[in-house]
Amino acid sequence: MSAVRAWLLVDVPRSRWQARCQRFFLAWLAFRQNAGAVAGLVIIAALVAVALLAPWIAGSTGVAPDLGNRLQPPGPVFWFGTDELGRDIFDRIVWGSRITLYIVGLVTLIVVPIGLAVGVVAGYVGGWLDSTLMRLTDVFLAFPRLILALAFVAALGPGLENAVLAIALTAWSPYARIARAEALTLRHSDFIVAARSQGIPHHRVLAGHVAPMCMSSVIVRLTLDMAGIILTAAGLGFLGLGAQPPTPEWGAMIALGRDYLLDQWWVPAFPGLAILVVSLGFNLLGDGLRDVLDPKSRS
Amino acid sequence: MSRASAIEVAGLDVVFGRGRRAFRAVRDASFSVTAGGSFGLVGESGSGKTTVLRALAGLLPPAAGIRGEMRLGGDPLRPARSRALRRRLQMVFQDPYGSLHPRHTVDRILGEPARIHGLDSIDHRIVDALADVGLDASFRFRFPHQLSGGQRQRIAIARALIIEPAIVLLDEPTSALDVSVQAEILNLLQRLRREHALTFVLVSHDLAVVSHMCEALAVMRAGEIIEMVGVEALRAHALQHEYSRELLQAAQGYRSTPAGMAPAEQ
Amino acid sequence: MKRRDPLLVVDGLRVTFDTPRGPVAAVRDVSFVLGREKLGIVGESGSGKSQTGRALLGLLARNGRAAARRLTFDGVDLLRAGEAERRALRGRRIAMILQDPKFSLNPVMTVGEQIVEAFRVHANVSRREARLRALAMLEAVHIREPGHVFDAWPHELSGGMGQRVMIAIMMVPEPDLLIADEPTSALDVTVRLQVLALLDDMLARRGAALIFISHDLGLVGSFCDRVLVMYAGRVVETLRADELQSARHPYTRGLLACQPRVDGDGSDLPTLNRDPAWLR
Repeated sequence: MSAVRAWLLVDVPRSRWQARCQRFFLAWLAFRQNAGAVAGLVIIAALVAVALLAPWIAGSTGVAPDLGNRLQPPGPVFWFGTDELGRDIFDRIVWGSRITLYIVGLVTLIVVPIGLAVGVVAGYVGGWLDSTLMRLTDVFLAFPRLILALAFVAALGPGLENAVLAIALTAWSPYARIARAEALTLRHSDFIVAARSQGIPHHRVLAGHVAPMCMSSVIVRLTLDMAGIILTAAGLGFLGLGAQPPTPEWGAMIALGRDYLLDQWWVPAFPGLAILVVSLGFNLLGDGLRDVLDPKSRS
Repeated sequence: MSRASAIEVAGLDVVFGRGRRAFRAVRDASFSVTAGGSFGLVGESGSGKTTVLRALAGLLPPAAGIRGEMRLGGDPLRPARSRALRRRLQMVFQDPYGSLHPRHTVDRILGEPARIHGLDSIDHRIVDALADVGLDASFRFRFPHQLSGGQRQRIAIARALIIEPAIVLLDEPTSALDVSVQAEILNLLQRLRREHALTFVLVSHDLAVVSHMCEALAVMRAGEIIEMVGVEALRAHALQHEYSRELLQAAQGYRSTPAGMAPAEQ
Repeated sequence: MKRRDPLLVVDGLRVTFDTPRGPVAAVRDVSFVLGREKLGIVGESGSGKSQTGRALLGLLARNGRAAARRLTFDGVDLLRAGEAERRALRGRRIAMILQDPKFSLNPVMTVGEQIVEAFRVHANVSRREARLRALAMLEAVHIREPGHVFDAWPHELSGGMGQRVMIAIMMVPEPDLLIADEPTSALDVTVRLQVLALLDDMLARRGAALIFISHDLGLVGSFCDRVLVMYAGRVVETLRADELQSARHPYTRGLLACQPRVDGDGSDLPTLNRDPAWLR
């Protein structure tokens, strides 16, 4: 352990690989100082672990009805109780973590490249291209997210993939704004001007010099945004426009449990709690990452 | 050393903005620099000295209006220029803290331009370039924030030289550094100029630095070159223009009854 | 200069910063006595010169601590004085001028309002009276159109003008000691001399003392009466300014030698070899 630590903290890195590891390690040391951020990281790590190990953690598939055990309260057999079809709610939440991760991952994969590309190009190139791209962004920004997502899903048909697509299409615009703002200030910085004066072509300056500098604000914004994305997905599920039954999507579970809210509170409460905890985890993580990554918040 | 001109500037005008808000940053500037020579542009802020340098480097914003002629060894220098032309003319910036990409290692900072210009044996070149500026190979995988100001400026110089330019434009290369570091960087630049037969154009507000580094200089004020002399005249304190003399006197330090006392700057 | 009790006595000043990697000493055992004079503190970056000035005013960053065997200003023990007493001293009798007026002037108040406010806080005069005095003050710092500058916003001022205004504001409470940290480094060379001349004039008129912190040995040598040369948090040499050329310490001599000269011959400059023994 101490040998690895010494290797990571050595003053003079001897290879590209070591230099890179060192940078991450120093960021980790700073990140570790923030208790909330570490708590967020633990929550997200637990979510990933639960999703990966779902077959071993859950006792059932969470889909097959067991009408003999309808609406059992939480107890030693069914930790979180059972729903109106007798399915173990704990098992359904465990399986539902995969769906949540799927949504989060897919949205990230769509939103970050689109937002980054649009914003960086607009900010760096400027002129009419900037105006065009930014007006387009404004159009998407002007719609309330859930309503635009509803419209998309109504057009594309309900289903998890379409819900993700709808969320992604409504979520990229703030990233474009952030990336553009960063690119605008970077455009005139000496190190970008130096790269240009060396004859490095525009596309390489954009991809290799400007975009990496925008990445940290985008990552921070993304983790802070995750809670909203999860809530939107759950909202679509709640309205019956996202994942379709019997898929154990948390939002859909709340929707079905709504009818039992007064007498069998555990049916909607536990999926709601799961959404709350995961959203909180992403928010805490985002706050911590901002302190580590965002150069502006440093003194 | 050949006496041919490496750089010729004739009737250079630079205008920022349009119409009533137009601002002429450079007015009718003409000078030439012999190959292997070192030419100084001296002036205070707003004199247009940096604008001249950026015009040469092709770094002015596209909206800037540029008139007049600039030639590099006979080839015209236009704002849009080929990669091969850019390679012949490199720049070192004033602020060593701002001119290196904060997320790139020294290895990448030096390697990327070499790769772009299709040079071979890049590993060797990087190590050689570091050695050339007095840094050992252990600096190769560091990030800029792990370096001192002087070390950063050495890296910036190495970056300019790794693609073997003929001309190096120096924009106040030592004004952000401590005096003892300034001496080291100035010595380094002089040695590199000798060894690589470079031509320098140096912009500075500091007459002492220009006197040390250059063979000829132009004094600029409000966009105009008001005096152009050889360095002997400067060293002999034989500047003609009143403003040049004022600059020279200011460089000598404070006197309890300076000329600057009566007319307050408005 | 009249012979009287020293204005400021600094004995064994230490400034330490707490960092994640442990405490770092920025100023180690600095001692000097200041009369009614212009004292220059010279050093390179990291020498502790700025932190010395900040420690005297109690303006260290939050993770910094200052300690000293003795620190008295005009008989008042700064170490034992209460917070209120120190704050009163800081505003009224000790003033500070920083490098860039852009950051020291309030950007959302006109220049005039800021000077008027200074008068109303320190001189307890009516608004009308304060305005008249503010205009007089702008005239005193050699601003040709005081009325015009009075109504100007800080961003409309040039660097030299901003620094004049800063000096005017600092002179309002008629301080006995002015601490100037690189007050002219952001200015053009010709403007620099005008501002220095003004500072000199103001100090002479009020009989105030000055601590002039700068990296520029030549400038300090030509402007001040006495020079402290700092290296790595310590004072390595104290000299009369007119004896600067006959400095003893190899660091001071090295600093003087490595500056290029207008009438030099362009041959390589001697560089400074830092002797580890200087740290002891």
